[in-house]
Amino acid sequence: MERLFYFLYRYRAFFTFLALEVFCSWLIIENNQFQGAKFFNSSNSFVAGLNNFSQGVREYFSLRETNRLLAEENAALRNSLEQRPHMSLSDSLNQKVDSVLIKRFEFVSAKVVNNSVHRFTNFLTIDKGSSDSIKSGMAVISSTGIVGKVKTVSKHYSVVTSLLNKDVMVSAVLKRTGHFGTIQWNGRDADIVQFNFVPPHVIPKVGDTIITSGFNAVFPRGLVIGTIQNINLGDAALFYDLNVKLSQDFRKLTYVEVVKSNLKTEQDSLELSVEKMNR
Amino acid sequence: MSRVNILQIVSFFIYLFYQVLILKNIVLFHTAFCFLYVAYLLVLPVETNQITLMLIGFVLGFSVDVFYDSLGLHALACVLIMYARNSWLNALTPQGGYDSNSIPSMSMNGIQWFVVYAVPMVFLHHAVLFFIEAGGFDMFWFTMLKIMNSTLFTMLAIVIAQFLFPYRKRL
Repeated sequence: MERLFYFLYRYRAFFTFLALEVFCSWLIIENNQFQGAKFFNSSNSFVAGLNNFSQGVREYFSLRETNRLLAEENAALRNSLEQRPHMSLSDSLNQKVDSVLIKRFEFVSAKVVNNSVHRFTNFLTIDKGSSDSIKSGMAVISSTGIVGKVKTVSKHYSVVTSLLNKDVMVSAVLKRTGHFGTIQWNGRDADIVQFNFVPPHVIPKVGDTIITSGFNAVFPRGLVIGTIQNINLGDAALFYDLNVKLSQDFRKLTYVEVVKSNLKTEQDSLELSVEKMNR
Repeated sequence: MSRVNILQIVSFFIYLFYQVLILKNIVLFHTAFCFLYVAYLLVLPVETNQITLMLIGFVLGFSVDVFYDSLGLHALACVLIMYARNSWLNALTPQGGYDSNSIPSMSMNGIQWFVVYAVPMVFLHHAVLFFIEAGGFDMFWFTMLKIMNSTLFTMLAIVIAQFLFPYRKRL
């Protein structure tokens, strides 16, 4: 027994080292799960407050760009508003509008207080949290494309897993042909994502638009993700290698919208019950 | 002695906040990151006990992680280089040994000695960091490029910081 203690004492530095490293590895693995550690991330109020201040300084440098984007979005909204009267007229003639269709998605605007694009796993922090009834798993979009999914939420802030994260997959559709596949980032270029699992009998063209499929009820259907930049099909490959140029410049994100999907739980539970039946 | 400790604590926070508020936003050529905070760990006094070193490394790494949303990643890399540091210092002992209470800074042993001391440490730190972040060796050369560029950038920043704020030979 004495020898054991002596042994432990003699190599105490090594054992401390081992203990700390095991603890760190556990943290890394735990944090890689989609909803990991709740407190120690940039949504905690002290860290987010500091980031908020830092973003407040940086914001001045992108004011012109933000202004332009908002003006463009305004114009687009005004355009769609112009077309609106004809539609509502025909609606009122036909039947009452399906309430489910109208309230299917709700949008909450939020400001980005922290963002990164250069790492393999990128996250952003936004300044809306559980007090605006944001929950983890909700989709985040911007006026020009999709941004990511909410990871963890605190009272006034939430951390969003960016689309530029090796672990995120989004179901998407080739708009022209209607074939679906999966969008995933390979960690290299912040402008390019990969569109996987498109079989060789499809003929994609450079410049084709990729939109969200809406299959998983997280993202609304039909949001633009980007356009195909180059196409590669190996000799015996099962699927195309498609590089998609993102329509959203992630380096310039300032304002985003969080999508509340009111039917998500319903769709999920329905699909789950089917899975159970098949088992 | 207490004055030394207060200085160390203050510089801990300076390094930490400089890292997470300013250097976090600086990335050159999409691949070169600057992790200047490692310098704080490198210039801790020579005689610091290995366990203390690892605990300090853990706390600093963990604090950086909270801001980077990468829990455990920086902490793991810091604990690793802090475990290796004393053996590496022993291997590099200058002629006549280290003075008591000295710190392994550039003003103590000159730039050549300091670069030889710091480069492998910074490289090890970055290698662990980027390979774990990449989740394996899938993109070996791209990750390697990131490590090389970041090591160069961090070393440049550390050397400049050492020139600007030279530690006195003895505290």
